[in-house]
Amino acid sequence: MTLTSPIDRRNLLRGAALASGGMALAPLFPAWAKSGSHGLHSLAGQPGVLSGDNIEVSVGQSAFRLGKKTGHAYTINGTLPGPLIRLREGQNVKLVVRNTLDEDTSVHWHGMLLPFHMDGVPGVSYPGIGPGESFTYEFPMKQHGTYWYHSHSHMQEAMGMYGALIVDPVGKDPIAYDREHVLVLSDWSFAHAHVNFTKQKQKAGYFNKRKQTFAGLAKGEDQPLSERMMWGQMLMDPTDIADVTGAYYHYLINGHDSMGNWTGIFKPGERVRLRIINAAAMSNFNIRVPGLPMTIVAADGLPLSPVETDEFQIAVAETWDVVIEPKEAIPIAFIAESIDRSGQCRATLAPQMGMVAPIPPLRGRPLLTMKDMGMDHGSGGGDMAGMDHSKMTPEEMAAMDSAMGKMDHGSMNMRDPSVAPQVKMGPGVASLAPMPMDRNKERPTGLEKVPHRVLTLSQLRALEPNPDQRIPSREIDVHLTANMERYMWSMDGEKYSEKTEPLPFRHNERVRVNLINHTMMPHPIHLHGHFFEVVNGQKGQYPRKNVVNVLPGAKVTFDFTADAMGDWAFHCHMLMHMHAGMFRVVTVRHEEEGQ
Amino acid sequence: MNYSLLLPVAALFAAPAFAQSSHQGHDMPAEKAEPSASPPASDPHAGHDMSAADEPVTEQPALEAADPHAGHDMSAGEAETEDVGNVPAPAPPSDHAADAIFGSDVMARSRKELAYEVGGMGYSLVTIDLLEVGFQKGRESYRFEGEAFTGGNINRFGLKFEGEGAFGERIDDLELQALYSRAIAPYWNLQAGVRYDIKPDPSRTYLVAGVEGIAPYWFKVNAAGFVSNKGELRARLEASYDQRITQSLILQPRIEANIAFQNIRAIGVGSGLTDFEAGLRLRYEIEQEIAPYIGVEWRKQTDATARFSRAAGEDPETFSLVAGIRIWF
Repeated sequence: MTLTSPIDRRNLLRGAALASGGMALAPLFPAWAKSGSHGLHSLAGQPGVLSGDNIEVSVGQSAFRLGKKTGHAYTINGTLPGPLIRLREGQNVKLVVRNTLDEDTSVHWHGMLLPFHMDGVPGVSYPGIGPGESFTYEFPMKQHGTYWYHSHSHMQEAMGMYGALIVDPVGKDPIAYDREHVLVLSDWSFAHAHVNFTKQKQKAGYFNKRKQTFAGLAKGEDQPLSERMMWGQMLMDPTDIADVTGAYYHYLINGHDSMGNWTGIFKPGERVRLRIINAAAMSNFNIRVPGLPMTIVAADGLPLSPVETDEFQIAVAETWDVVIEPKEAIPIAFIAESIDRSGQCRATLAPQMGMVAPIPPLRGRPLLTMKDMGMDHGSGGGDMAGMDHSKMTPEEMAAMDSAMGKMDHGSMNMRDPSVAPQVKMGPGVASLAPMPMDRNKERPTGLEKVPHRVLTLSQLRALEPNPDQRIPSREIDVHLTANMERYMWSMDGEKYSEKTEPLPFRHNERVRVNLINHTMMPHPIHLHGHFFEVVNGQKGQYPRKNVVNVLPGAKVTFDFTADAMGDWAFHCHMLMHMHAGMFRVVTVRHEEEGQ
Repeated sequence: MNYSLLLPVAALFAAPAFAQSSHQGHDMPAEKAEPSASPPASDPHAGHDMSAADEPVTEQPALEAADPHAGHDMSAGEAETEDVGNVPAPAPPSDHAADAIFGSDVMARSRKELAYEVGGMGYSLVTIDLLEVGFQKGRESYRFEGEAFTGGNINRFGLKFEGEGAFGERIDDLELQALYSRAIAPYWNLQAGVRYDIKPDPSRTYLVAGVEGIAPYWFKVNAAGFVSNKGELRARLEASYDQRITQSLILQPRIEANIAFQNIRAIGVGSGLTDFEAGLRLRYEIEQEIAPYIGVEWRKQTDATARFSRAAGEDPETFSLVAGIRIWF
C-alpha cells in the first residue's frame, strides 16, 4: 500500500474555521474512525489519515456529540479521536502543530524514541505551544508498532485530544495478519476535566456511585459487617477501584459509545490484528472478545512472543496488539469494560455492516481486598494467581481478623515509616503498605475469579532477546503514595510541585527501578523517551514497555538503560493522579555534565 | 504493628520470590530478601543453590515458549534479584536540558506553570450543612450552619458560620469564625483563628483553637476551645456520621456538646456542660451537591445554663422536627 498522502487540507480548513468561528457543531469522526471500516489498508490517503514526511495538524475546540448530548472537546484537526498518523520506520517526519486555542497546548508522541526536546512535555522538554503559535517537531522513526499521541497540557487529553500513531516496519512485520483495525479507547465526560478534578478534591469518592450501603448489607451483598467495620476502622473503601466511574463517564471506542457501535469489517478465516490504544484519562479496561480467544502479539508497540488468552486488562496509556481469527460469518463483540465494572463499551467486528454484536450484561462490581493494602495473609507468591481473594477460608479470615484486631490505627501499622524510609511522611501519605509484594503472576483487580484465561504480567515475553542484558549497576525505589481522602497523589510522599529536582541517571547507565504502590489504586507508570524491561521472570526476554501498571499493594521492578540524553517526564498516566502531583522529571546526562 | 504475627507470612512470600529469580544456580545473599518490611531472620534459601525446580508454577503457562530460556544463553551474571550493583546515584544536575535549546527564561516560566499544574493547584469548597426550619411545641424556628474555605492540601483559610432564631423574633445566635487551617495528619487539620458572636447580646470575640478531621470508622469530628475577650473559657465538640442507606439516601446522626468553664450570666451560659444536642437527619441527594432532608433534634441545657433559661421563662429542653436542605459547591 502507498502511504504518501498529502496533508489533510480539508481537516486543516475545518480547524481554521473552528478557530475563527468558535465551536462548530457535531464534528465528524475522522474517516479512519468511522463505523464500517474495512481496516487500515482501505484507509490510506483518506481524510484523517496522515502520512508522509511533512504533516501539519491543528489544535482547536469542537463540539462533540454523543447521543443527544453535545459537549465541549479539545480536538486535533477537529475530530475525536484525532487523525491517524501513519509513518514508516526509518523515515524522518516533520510534524507541525498549530495551536488555535486561546490557551497553551502541546502534543506528546507517546512511546516514541526521539530527541528529548521533541517529546512534547511543557516545562520539561520544551515550553509548550502558545495560543496562535506553531511548533515543528522533527524526528526519525527508530521503531515500528502501535503508538499514540496526546496533549500534555491542562488535562486537554481528557477532553478529546488524542489520536493513534502507527509506524510500519521497514522490513517484514514480525506479526502476521490479513487485516488490521485500530481501536482507540477513551472515557468521555460532559463536564470539564478541571471541574471533575475539583469535585474529587472537594469530596472523596465523588464519582463512586456504588459504595457499600446499609441496603446492601441487609441483602447480604458485599462485605459482611465485621469486614466493613475493619475497613472502616482503617478509613479504607473497598469499592474505590476507579476514581471516575461509568456513572459519569461514557466509554468510547474510536469516538463511539455502545449505541454508536463502531463496526470493523473482517472476512471469516482472516487473521485480524487489533491495535488497541487506551487513550482514556482515568479508566483501565478489561478487554475481551466473547467467544474467541485473543493472541497477544505486542505491548506498547513492541512485539511479544504470542500468548493466547481470553481476557486482559489494558491500563491507561498502554497499547496492545492482539490477533483474532474469526472463522464464522457472525458479528463478534469487542468489549472494553471499566475495571470497576461501572460501565463498558461495545464495538462490533462483523463480516458486513448492519450486523450488531450483543452487549453482554455488566459483571458484578469487584471489591478490593487486604492484599490491595499490601498486607496479604494469603498463601504465598506462587499460588497467589489462583487464589480466590474474596472467598477466603475461615482460617484465613480468622488470621486476618486476629491481625487486624491487634492492629491499632494509631500505632501506625499501616503507616510505619520504617517500611519506606525515603518517603517524606506528611498528610499526603495516608498509608504505607507493610508488605508490598510481587503480583506479576496474579490476575489483575476484578478478574481473579472469571472462568477463563486472564493474561498476567508474568506471561509477557519479548519476541527478541533484550538488547542490553547488563546487570543493573544500581537500584532505586520509587514509592507511589497517596491520601485518597484529600485526593493527594505523589511519589515518595512529595508532589511534583514540592519536589521538582530530577531523578538523575548517567548516560547509558543500567538501573533497576522498583515501583512500590502504597495506595489502593493501580498506577500505570510511564517513562518518557525509553523502553524499560519489566523484570517478570522472563529473563533475557523481559517484555519491553513504556507504561507498566502497578497493582495496589504491589511492587513492580523494571530495568532500563538510560540511553536517551536529556530531561524526561516520568509519571502516573492516570491523568488526575498526575495532575495531583504523581510526577517526576528523569534526567539522563554524562556524568560530568551540568553539575 | 505486630511483627511477630506477620513475620512467618513475610517469609512465606519471600521464598517463592527467591525461587522465581534463580535461574542460573548461584548463591543469593540473604539480605536481598526484599520486599519484606522486616526480612525474615533465617531464610530457608539463603546461601544454597536454587535450582529451576523451585520455580513456582504459573497459573497458565504461556502457550508457546514453554521454556522461557530457550535459545538464550543464561550466563551466571544475569540475575534477576541478585548481583545488582550499588554504585551511588549521580548528583542531580543543576541545570535543565531544555534551557540550552529554548532559553532559560522561557523554560523557567514553563517549569513554574508545570509545577502549578502538577500538584500546585488549590481549590475551594462552600458547604451549607444545615439550612432548616424547626417545629417545636408552639414555636417555629430556623437554623443554618456551614463553612467555606479556600487553599491547598495543607494550608487553607476558611470561614465558619452558624445562626438560629425563631420566626417573627430577632435572631438568637449568630456566630462567625475566621480560621487558618493546616493539615497535620492524613485525616486531621489543626485550626486557629477568631470567633465573633454577633448574637447573643452582648457580643463576644473569642480566640479559637481546634482540630477537625475524620476519626476511624468515618466519624467526622470537630473539637474546639474558645477564649473570649473577657477571659472566659469555652469548648465545643461536634461529631457526625453518614450512614448510607442507598447510594442517594443517607442517614446522619449528629451530636454537639458545649462546655463552659465558668458562668457567663450576661449571655445565659452556665458553668459545666451548657447544652447537648442530638439529631438524626435523613437526606436524599438529588445531586450530591443538593440534598433535602428531614429529621428530628433533641436539645437539652443542663446545670446552671438550664437554671438561667428557666429563670428567663424558656424551656431548657426542646424537641424539634426539622426539614431543610444541604448544599455544597
